[in-house]
Amino acid sequence: MKAIIHIGLKPGVLDPQGRAISRSLNDLGFDEVVNARQGKVIEIDIKGKDTELAHKRVTNMCEKLLANTVIESYLVEIKK
Amino acid sequence: MRTAVITFPASNCDRDAAVALRKVTGVKPVMVWHRDTELPKDIEFVIIPGGFSYGDYLRCGAMASRSPIVADLVKKAKKGLAIAGFCNGFQVLTEAGLLPGALMRNKGLKFVCRPEKLEIINNTSRYTAKYNDQSEVIYPVAHHDGNYYANKETLNKIEGQGQVIFRYKDNPNGSVNDIAGICNEGGNVFGMMPHPERAIDPMHGGTDGIKLFKSIIESI
Repeated sequence: MKAIIHIGLKPGVLDPQGRAISRSLNDLGFDEVVNARQGKVIEIDIKGKDTELAHKRVTNMCEKLLANTVIESYLVEIKK
Repeated sequence: MRTAVITFPASNCDRDAAVALRKVTGVKPVMVWHRDTELPKDIEFVIIPGGFSYGDYLRCGAMASRSPIVADLVKKAKKGLAIAGFCNGFQVLTEAGLLPGALMRNKGLKFVCRPEKLEIINNTSRYTAKYNDQSEVIYPVAHHDGNYYANKETLNKIEGQGQVIFRYKDNPNGSVNDIAGICNEGGNVFGMMPHPERAIDPMHGGTDGIKLFKSIIESI
């Protein structure tokens, strides 16, 4: 199985990198861009077949290490 | 008095911290490796130094804060052990949950490296008691991720309880409320982005940092 974890800054937390990206896109003529947020994606290969258990374990990994929940939120996706 | 400095892979201010401690205590601190599971006995003050522990992988200070020695520090901090973290050390302390809030990428997105004027907000803390005749200090800053953030509730709490110890006069990184240094509720754990350990020798531009070390050492 593969776990795909999307981590990003929580809404309301200023994202200076996202702001720079959105400004750069505007400068390149992409006027439709009003906002950008930058995050990261972590992919983890996992042993076993129980997706429910994997989801639980990966959520625990996020809480313990992968995300800093003071400023970040995360989304866990398990793929067979 | 026995003191210690923790060294992680890619710490780079551990020796500066050791020089500062030796200057103030007259005794060489114990250098403790991050894989060690316990502090040596009788250590009464610990510095988590600046640097780029674990290459700043994942988040600054994230890996270091999960290392075996930090687990021991967390236990001992709860019993009142004095621990200070400067720069990357501050990031480690927030990641370990020993100090509230988090440190994010500088608002200007640039690495800032310069002498920084700070206002001493609380000079009755264990880390600033010796600054009773002084309301400002100059310590160097050198960081890319020093933008202090905490949610409203946490901010109200630390501002109300005198846990904000230093503020920037000319905020270099976008920190909320210009916060440069804070302590925990017990007052024994302290963290700041600027480097007092680099302000202990007139040859390096100033000695404002010495009183910080004297304050905490004499409080023990």
